Amino acid sequence: MATAETREIVVNTEPFVVNFGPAHPSTHGVFRMRMTLDGEVIVKMEPVFGYLHRGIEKLAEERTYTQIIPLTDRLDYLASMSNNLAYCLAVEKLAGIDVPERAEYIRVIIAELQRIASHLCAVGFFLNDCGAFQTPVVYMIREREKILDLFDMVSGQRLTYNYMRVGGVSQDIPEEFIPAVQKFVDEMPGWIDEYEWLLKENEILLARSKGVGILPPDLAINIGASGPVLRASGVPWDIRKADPYSIYDRFKFDIPIGLAGDCYDRYRVRIEEMRQSLRILKQAMKDLPKGEVRSEVPHLIRPPVGEAYGHLEAPRGELGFYLVSDGSIAPYRFHVRASTLINLTALADMMRGWKIADAILIFGSIDICMGEVDR
Amino acid sequence: MTLALSGSDIAKQIEEKFPGCVVEATAASLLVEAKSLLDVAAYLKDTADLGFDYLTLITAVDYIDCFEVVYYLTSIKHNHSLVLKTRCYSRDNPTLPSVVGLWRTADFQEREIYDLMGISFDGHPDLRRIVLWEGFEGHPLRKDFL
Repeated sequence: MATAETREIVVNTEPFVVNFGPAHPSTHGVFRMRMTLDGEVIVKMEPVFGYLHRGIEKLAEERTYTQIIPLTDRLDYLASMSNNLAYCLAVEKLAGIDVPERAEYIRVIIAELQRIASHLCAVGFFLNDCGAFQTPVVYMIREREKILDLFDMVSGQRLTYNYMRVGGVSQDIPEEFIPAVQKFVDEMPGWIDEYEWLLKENEILLARSKGVGILPPDLAINIGASGPVLRASGVPWDIRKADPYSIYDRFKFDIPIGLAGDCYDRYRVRIEEMRQSLRILKQAMKDLPKGEVRSEVPHLIRPPVGEAYGHLEAPRGELGFYLVSDGSIAPYRFHVRASTLINLTALADMMRGWKIADAILIFGSIDICMGEVDR
Repeated sequence: MTLALSGSDIAKQIEEKFPGCVVEATAASLLVEAKSLLDVAAYLKDTADLGFDYLTLITAVDYIDCFEVVYYLTSIKHNHSLVLKTRCYSRDNPTLPSVVGLWRTADFQEREIYDLMGISFDGHPDLRRIVLWEGFEGHPLRKDFL
């Protein structure tokens, strides 16, 4: 007979909701995850964002085509040069503007340096999320700083460059730039080897990231993932190869892919991409021609009525600009295909069933930039 | 190089399969009736030699007399692309079918269009504002907002 004394104690667990963020060191900006937890395990996750929404698409409709370039800097502020370039490619496509040969090479050199800088940040902060708090990221910041100095040399800025222009770049590179890039390209493989030596077979990193947050290739394609997230799932899709823009068809490089699609693969793909970028840099510097860096483009560009979509392989995935022109000096519609926003689509699927500590890692491995997600 | 398929070529195939759904076909794009959007999209995705498995982007443009929703489709397998468009003419309650069932990438992007352009998507699992807060009045990207 069950009495109060002999009754079994049954522990009832019930799901509860935790608001993770918006202002949290691991959310890479202002991002909130509404997690429904069962104990420590994530049952459901719902991303909430918009805290950094500045209405850039609306702002752009009131500005001339050249005035929009600084706005694009503020999208993915860790890869501003790529944003500038993507936008200029779209306007050039819309208005049918040619770019001088020298400017094309400068653009490639700058874009690849930007990819290395961005991946350094991505890898560094990913390790931060792994729990290796602040120490490894300082190694990556050290090299990123050298790239920022190079960008400072060409544009006078360290973060929001506003360097690319429709029809070329704003100014020619200074004399000391190419030797400085050469020095960087010579040194960088050694630094990458150093990261690899520290991390590749690091037991903690392997235990934390191998097999965690798997994104299967068919799902990755279905959610429209791009960049290292898609390639880590084993899909060799890189806009530089699939739809070569600028002069990327002239360079030899490989597309690193992952096999498992887990956090570790996403980290590995980024490291390998840095090596490939160095390969492209070497070739581009060797062939850099002399000449003009900007074609004759009127101050107020009036593209013919129509629409264009210009895209490129930014460090975080396919970044594209969809422009509609009504023949005036400002675009009628300006839309950003934000790679990081779209990469977040499968975040809930990747996190389900993992613990909170893993969720931070999974989120970090996607490498988002809130400036681009919220716009 | 991603081959941009001509809208007029695809229109012939579509017209055979779903008569009367193509409104306008040019070399650059294919404009279809809103009510047959889902059928056309499913056909484009599932036909073996088209195989549009990757939806690059969705966006909407406010042309005052109508809203045009643009779908950039890409096939990773065949490396070709197509621009699919549809229009809705209502300004008070514009509604289109949702393509989330075909490409999940549409999830956030349709929410964004709903938020900023005010177009509802039928069949979307979770249609809420995405960047602005609940209770915000109006849809900023509409031309009559400001």
